[in-house]
Amino acid sequence: MIALLIRDLKLALRAGGGFGLGLAFFLIVTVLVPFAVGPETGLLARIAPGILWLGALLACLLSLDRIFALDWEDGTLDLMATAPLPMEAIVTLKALAHWLTTGLPLVLAAPLFGLLMSLPGEGYLWLVLSLAIGTPALSVLGTFGAALTVGLKRGGLLLSLLVLPLYVPTLIFGAEVARRGAQGLAVEAPLLLLAGITCGSIALLPFASAAVLRVNLR
Amino acid sequence: MSLTIKDLAIARGGIPVLRGLSFSLAAGEALILRGPNGIGKTTLLRTIAGLQPPLAGEISADRELIAYAAHADGIKATLSVEENLRFWAAIYGTGDITPALEGFDLTKLTDRPAGGLSAGQKRRLGLARLMVTGRPIWVLDEPTVSLDVASVALFAQAVQRHLAGGGMALIATHIDLGLDAQVLDVTPFKARAPLRGEDDFDEAFL
Repeated sequence: MIALLIRDLKLALRAGGGFGLGLAFFLIVTVLVPFAVGPETGLLARIAPGILWLGALLACLLSLDRIFALDWEDGTLDLMATAPLPMEAIVTLKALAHWLTTGLPLVLAAPLFGLLMSLPGEGYLWLVLSLAIGTPALSVLGTFGAALTVGLKRGGLLLSLLVLPLYVPTLIFGAEVARRGAQGLAVEAPLLLLAGITCGSIALLPFASAAVLRVNLR
Repeated sequence: MSLTIKDLAIARGGIPVLRGLSFSLAAGEALILRGPNGIGKTTLLRTIAGLQPPLAGEISADRELIAYAAHADGIKATLSVEENLRFWAAIYGTGDITPALEGFDLTKLTDRPAGGLSAGQKRRLGLARLMVTGRPIWVLDEPTVSLDVASVALFAQAVQRHLAGGGMALIATHIDLGLDAQVLDVTPFKARAPLRGEDDFDEAFL
C-alpha cells in the first residue's frame, strides 16, 4: 500500500505532476486581493481569514481532476482494480497523496500568505490550525467527486459543480475558526464542528468513493 | 486449480453481447479466444477479471488468482521502466523483477523513462507486469498489438514457461502464437438483441 502512496507522490513531484499548481494559485490569489481591494490595512485584516480560506479551497479544487483521470487514461485504474489492494484502500491512499501534495503545502505556506494579507498577529495559529484540520476533508470530499466523474472527458466542470456544495460546511467553519481567532474570540465551537466534518468524511467517504469507482469501471 | 466458465452471459453498457458461453481450463492449459471485432471478447475478459458482473452464469475461479492485461498497459511515462515494474511487484507483494525484465528483453532499458519507449517496448513492459504478479491465471486482451516478430516469440516463450509452471492463460488474439492451445471462436455465442420489454437487465443502469 505504501508503494501506491510513494508512486503517487513521485508522479506529483516529477515533470507534469502538477505539484506546484495549488500553491501557485493560492499565492496568486493572496497577492492580487490587496491590489484589488486597495491599500487599506484595516479592511484587509478583516477579510484576510475568509480570503485565505477561499484561496486554499479553490487551490484544492483546481487539482482534483488529476486524482483519478491520469490513472484512468493510461489504464492503471483497471489494472489496480484487479490487484490485491481493496478499492477502499486505493481511494484512501489517493486522497492522502492528494492532501500531501496539495493540502499540506497550503497549510505550511499559509502564515506567509497571511502576512501578504496583513492578518492580525493572533490569527496565525488559528489559520494554520483550521487549515490543517479542514484541508483533509477537502481532499477526501474531492476524491469522492473525482471518483464520480472518472471516465468523463473534461469532467472538470461537472466535478467542480458536484464538489463545491460539499465544500461549503468546511469553508464556513474553517473560515469561522480563522476569523474568530484573528479577533481574539473563542474558537472551540467552530473548531470542533470542523474537526467533526473532517473525521466524518474520512470515516465514511472512502466507502462511497470505492463504490462509485467500481460502478464507473464496469 | 482450474478456471471453469458455466453458461455465462455478459453485457456491455446494458446490451447483452454473449450468451451461453461455457469452457474450462486446467493447470498448464491455454485457451485462445477468437471472433470478429465488437463480438465481446474484451467484455468477456473484463467480466472474468472481475471488473464487471456477469448477467448470468458462473465463473469458478477466485478473482485473486487472475492477472489481467488490458489494451492499455498502465505505464507511467515519468517513471522509469524499473520503477514501473517495481511498483506492480510491490502491489502484488512479489519481490524479484529480474526474471520479468529478462523475459521481455528489457534489461538494457531499466533506467529509461517509460514515456520514451517505443510502442512495442511499452507493450513488452506491460506484459512483463504479468510476470511480477505471481498469479496463476493470465487473462490477456490482444497482448501482441504493436509487437514485432521477435517480441511475439518472446511473449510466446513467456506464456509457455508460465504454462509449464502450472499456470493458465486465456488469450484473445487474432494472430497465431504457435502455442499448443485450444481455440474457441465466440461467434456462435453472440446474444440476439432482446425484444422490448422482454428483459429487465438494464434496470440496474437506470
